Amino acid sequence: MGGHGAYVWSAYAITLVVVGISLLRPWLATRRLKRVIQQELSRQQGQTMRDAATGLADEVADASQA
Amino acid sequence: MWRIIHQFGSPPWVYRFCDRVIPWLLPLTLLALCAGSVWGLLYAPTDYKQGDSYRIIYIHVPTAVVSLAGYYVMAFAGLVSLVWRIKLADTAMRAAAPIGAAFTAVALVTGAIWGKPTWGAWWVWDARVTSMLILFFLYVGVIALFQAYENKAIAARACAILSLVGTVNIPIIYKSVDWWYSLHQPASIKFTGESAIDSSMLYPLLGMIVTFYALFAVLMMLNLRQLLTEEHAKSSWLGKRLAQ
Repeated sequence: MGGHGAYVWSAYAITLVVVGISLLRPWLATRRLKRVIQQELSRQQGQTMRDAATGLADEVADASQA
Repeated sequence: MWRIIHQFGSPPWVYRFCDRVIPWLLPLTLLALCAGSVWGLLYAPTDYKQGDSYRIIYIHVPTAVVSLAGYYVMAFAGLVSLVWRIKLADTAMRAAAPIGAAFTAVALVTGAIWGKPTWGAWWVWDARVTSMLILFFLYVGVIALFQAYENKAIAARACAILSLVGTVNIPIIYKSVDWWYSLHQPASIKFTGESAIDSSMLYPLLGMIVTFYALFAVLMMLNLRQLLTEEHAKSSWLGKRLAQ
C-alpha cells in the first residue's frame, strides 16, 4: 500500500468491527427476547390447561355427588 | 395510496416486512460490502498525489453521506411522531439514532486516519470536521435524552424536537466546504456535469455509497424488529406470530 498500509487497513478494520457489532447486537437481542416470550407463552398455556383440567375435575366431582 | 401509508403505522405489518426483507437484503449487502471493499482496495488505481491512503475514501465518504441522510430519516420520524402521534414513528426514530451515531463516528475516525498522512494532522477544527462532530453529538444527544425521561411518551417528544432542531446542521455540513476556507476539499461528485474524479475511482465509490445506504436500511429493520419485539412482548399478534 505504498507505505500507507497501516492507515488503510486500520480504517477498514475499525469499520468492520463497528458494522459487525451494529449487525449482531439487535439480531442477538431479538433472538433472546423471542425465546423468553415463547417460554412465557407456553408456561401460560400450560397453566391455563391445568386450570381448565382442575375446573373440569371439580365439575365432574360435583355432578357425581349430586 | 392512503392504505399503503397506513400500513407504515401498523406494527404487525412493519414486523412482517422486516421478517420478509432482512433474510435476503442482509446477505446481499454483506456481499456488496466485500465486493466494493476488494474493488476499492485492490482494483482501483493508485492516486498520483495521495498514493494508496486515498482508498479510505471507499469507507469515509459512504459513511459520511449516509450519516447525513440518516439524520433526515430520524428527524422525519420525529416529525411524524409529533404531528400525527404515531407510536411507530417514535420507534423508527429510536431505531435510526444509534445507526447514525455509528456511521458518523466511523466517518470521523476514518477521516482522521486519512488526514494524518494527507494533511499531517489527526484532527483539525475546520468547518466540515467540526460540524460533523456536532452531528455526532446530536445523535448521541437523542439517544441520551430518551434515557433521561421516565415517561417514554414525553421522552420521545423531546427527542423528536431535538432531532428537528438539529436538521439545520445538515446543510451546514454539506455547504461548509463552499462557505468557509476549509482544509477539507470541495465536492468532487457533481450531480450536473463532469465529476472531478476519474471513473475508475468513481464507480467503486458510487457502489459503496449505495451499499452503505442498503446497510443503513438493514440495520434500521434489525433495530425496528428488536424494539417492536420489546414493545409488543405481551401482544397477542406477536405471540401468534412467534408460535408459527
